Amino acid sequence: MSMSPLSISLLTIVGMALATYTSRAAGLALMTRVTPGPRLRRFMRAIPGAILVSIIAPGALASGPADAIATGVTAVAAWRFRNLPLAMAVGVGAVLLLRQVMS
Amino acid sequence: MRKNVQAAAPTESYCPDMKTNPSPSAGRLPFTRAGAVAGFRACVPVAIGVGVYGVLFGLLARQKGLSYLETQSMSLLVFAGASQLISLDLWGSPLPVFSLIATTFIVNLRHVLMGAALSPQLLRLPAGRAFGSLFFMTDESWAVTLSRLTADNRRGVMPDGAYLIGAGLAVYLFWNVSTALGHVLVRGLDDPARYGLDFAFTAVFTALLVGMRPRRVDILPLCVAVAAALLTARVCPGKWYILAGAFAGGTAAALAPHKDDDKPAPRKETRP
Repeated sequence: MSMSPLSISLLTIVGMALATYTSRAAGLALMTRVTPGPRLRRFMRAIPGAILVSIIAPGALASGPADAIATGVTAVAAWRFRNLPLAMAVGVGAVLLLRQVMS
Repeated sequence: MRKNVQAAAPTESYCPDMKTNPSPSAGRLPFTRAGAVAGFRACVPVAIGVGVYGVLFGLLARQKGLSYLETQSMSLLVFAGASQLISLDLWGSPLPVFSLIATTFIVNLRHVLMGAALSPQLLRLPAGRAFGSLFFMTDESWAVTLSRLTADNRRGVMPDGAYLIGAGLAVYLFWNVSTALGHVLVRGLDDPARYGLDFAFTAVFTALLVGMRPRRVDILPLCVAVAAALLTARVCPGKWYILAGAFAGGTAAALAPHKDDDKPAPRKETRP
């Protein structure tokens, strides 16, 4: 092999970058070619909430009671204050406190 | 990519003047500096949370023997936290080139659905701007943008197409600066969990979900998504649970009996 280890690793990183960008662009590229029918429209309309709730689920529901309660506290704070940084701070504060109390 | 993506009709109209203009595809979105700034500012608090993991990534990359050039290139070009951290696990000599690229793609498959979810807006931008904005789309900037779009939609306000790239640039900036800090400066980072910072992401996404005010029709898909995500997280490593939950929730919504066929005037249709 005539390639230096550095150029191999940099080319690998470029390959990883292309793989990532492909995933980011593919959704829009597909939707330019597809005109969704009613069923696909309902699918697509449910996707944002489903992604958010899936991101949350393991951290909220499978990481112990402290994290589960803190998620509830965060949800209430978000509902009451409608302020993202504040809800985030309340959530992190709650989890710190609850983990100390409950472990 | 040269093709004008506006050609395909968006599925939903966010523009109040659409009533006077029968062709929804004619509605280009504005793409302003003010919109980008608004997206940037809205995403800064979330980006700070991302920065904590950027420091961690930089630090672990140095411990793993990656040079500063390699580490920073990865954050600048790949710009995907989960897959970058996972790639460090695989990194070694000789370099498993194919596994690294394939794993990165698989870990990032959830972006396909995220990009598709933003397509009603992105289709109303020139292709270059839409595909350019997508380079900077992360879980965080996607969620912040989506909650803004939902709010704009409910208030009948025309969204700004530059919001997504503004939010993405905030994450990009914090991710790259923190990567540099982690690689060059920080010597020995405590576990983020010690400060409750591992919970910051759960908190952010919870607040964004609550802010979207899910409706009654959303309950079934959301429950199915939770069940699928929890199950998948138990069985598979990595981020598969997001893709599995999203697919399960979307499929539930597509297949569930829906009232707009049975009942004449369902309230939910007033808020598409």
